[in-house]
Amino acid sequence: MLRRAERALRRSAVPSLSRFEKTMPVNWIALTVFVICFAGVTILGFASANWRKGDLDLIHEWGLGGGTFGTLITWFLIGGDIYTAYTFIAIPALAFGAGAIAFFAVPYTTLIYPITFVVFPRMWSVCRRHGYITAADFVRGRFGNRWLALAVAVTGLVATMPYIALQLVGLEVVIAGLGLPTTGVLSELPLLIAFVILAAFTYTSGLRAPASIAVVKDVMVYIVIFAAIGVVIYRFGGFGPIFEAVPAAKLVLATPPAGSTGAYTTYATLAFGSAAALFMYPHALTAILSSSTRDVIRRNSALLPAYSLVLAFLTLLGFMAIKMGVGSNPLYTDLFKRYSNTFAVPALFLDIFPSWFAGFAFAAIGIGALVPAAIMSIAAANLWTRNIHLEFINPRATPQQEAKMAKLVSLVVKLGALYFVVGLEKDFVITLQLLGGVWIIQTLPAVLIGLYTRWFNSWALLVGWAVGMGFGTYAVAQTGFKNATYTLSIFGTQVPAFAAVYALIANIAVAVVLTLVFNMAARPERRDATVAADYV
Amino acid sequence: MVHRIDDDPRRHKRASPWRWLLLIPYPALLWVPFYNAVEPRFLGFPFFYTYQMAFVVLTAIITAVVYLITD
Repeated sequence: MLRRAERALRRSAVPSLSRFEKTMPVNWIALTVFVICFAGVTILGFASANWRKGDLDLIHEWGLGGGTFGTLITWFLIGGDIYTAYTFIAIPALAFGAGAIAFFAVPYTTLIYPITFVVFPRMWSVCRRHGYITAADFVRGRFGNRWLALAVAVTGLVATMPYIALQLVGLEVVIAGLGLPTTGVLSELPLLIAFVILAAFTYTSGLRAPASIAVVKDVMVYIVIFAAIGVVIYRFGGFGPIFEAVPAAKLVLATPPAGSTGAYTTYATLAFGSAAALFMYPHALTAILSSSTRDVIRRNSALLPAYSLVLAFLTLLGFMAIKMGVGSNPLYTDLFKRYSNTFAVPALFLDIFPSWFAGFAFAAIGIGALVPAAIMSIAAANLWTRNIHLEFINPRATPQQEAKMAKLVSLVVKLGALYFVVGLEKDFVITLQLLGGVWIIQTLPAVLIGLYTRWFNSWALLVGWAVGMGFGTYAVAQTGFKNATYTLSIFGTQVPAFAAVYALIANIAVAVVLTLVFNMAARPERRDATVAADYV
Repeated sequence: MVHRIDDDPRRHKRASPWRWLLLIPYPALLWVPFYNAVEPRFLGFPFFYTYQMAFVVLTAIITAVVYLITD
């Protein structure tokens, strides 16, 4: 709080300077459209409590929507979950600044689906049969080790918090795009209002709220993307001139220098590692478990790539921003200085769209922040309630008390995320999210491999997890917390790769070796609450 | 908590060999030298972009085919 006051003071101390700089005026038309869209989804969020009515005093109803969502709703829900506001802002921003490497988001969001198709029906079945609602629930049942389950739950919590914060960062950037003041006492107000809306409808409606809002948000995003493609074709006759505006060095990946695999392994491991990490995130599993049958998941694996195609075009918006020269437009100088490249997409929308449609596009991104933020806070609340509160603090809680606790925790989690955004430096939040990706993948051996085999010793898995966490954090620290690439020398060849992948390999290796050692020292573990038939 | 189990385990047959098709996208997208090139262009899109976007569609088709065959 003190730090915030200090910052506010520092800002108000230099008003004379900004008065002479050219600043963006408030765009009233865009702001009006934005507010109308937000009001609409707020009403929808509260009304969702009555949709497919269930007893919202039960955690299973509040936190998983009763597990009743069919193919279409699940499609929207997972779509709203994976392709978040921060994705819409950050991936084009990376393309705008760094070029081709940003396109890793496309193979990443493509390669998740064959995994989803094969693995997650199993997860759905075993969780449905045993009433599990988190990954840590499953690990607790499968391995009978509450400490391993705790490790999975805590990893999920710490990885999710900065992720929610980044959604609010995405919201902040589009609010700045509306021309609202970004400095001064009132600057945090719009974010606070959006936050209160989010917290309130999540509290009252649970997962039903983001599920219904996701439908609206995705339709809006599709409209915006088609409009942007329309503008490209109308103004330039196609994408050719857009690509020609991109400097040759950024258009494709740099050919690796001798003795190194260079950008190639970085790109491939970023795509693969992100794909493997994605469904370890609590919010992704929440969306999977809320579907009504395992067939819904299989069907969606074939339908969800439609979003990846949209993401490809979204990434290309970064190149379009290069073409339009928004970076050198004096109108946006201030905001680029403040938000760096993340302002590329808002600047582009202001540049190519009429005000009212820019407002609509900003609303699409803003609502795109609410949906995943709601799901993430619900998922985090489920983790806390089931795997920490129920397991370690109050084992005798009734289902009603569980639901009450989860609702309260969803508020606390969001307050924490809000503090991240308002109280901490933005770069630090981005670093935390980066680390979150490296951390969450360390739960893969217990969760994902655990779906297939009970061979591992649970303590070996726990030590493997600790090694992976430690190594991953060390590797990211080596870069000064700037990026998640770590270079390993393999037989004299430099192999730079996503640190999460190296950390995961270390994790699995330790778990395998220790399992063999433990099995030699004592009888193999037998505890397992699940049986083979639970998985099919 | 009582859940309706609408999937009878016996309905699910053993993993079909068709599921191996799902592996195709991995080497195709993870071996970068396959596609890190500007030419040939398609509708103004460098090959790097055309190839990967084509594989989004292809992966969806493969998954759909496997879904229909194994069900």
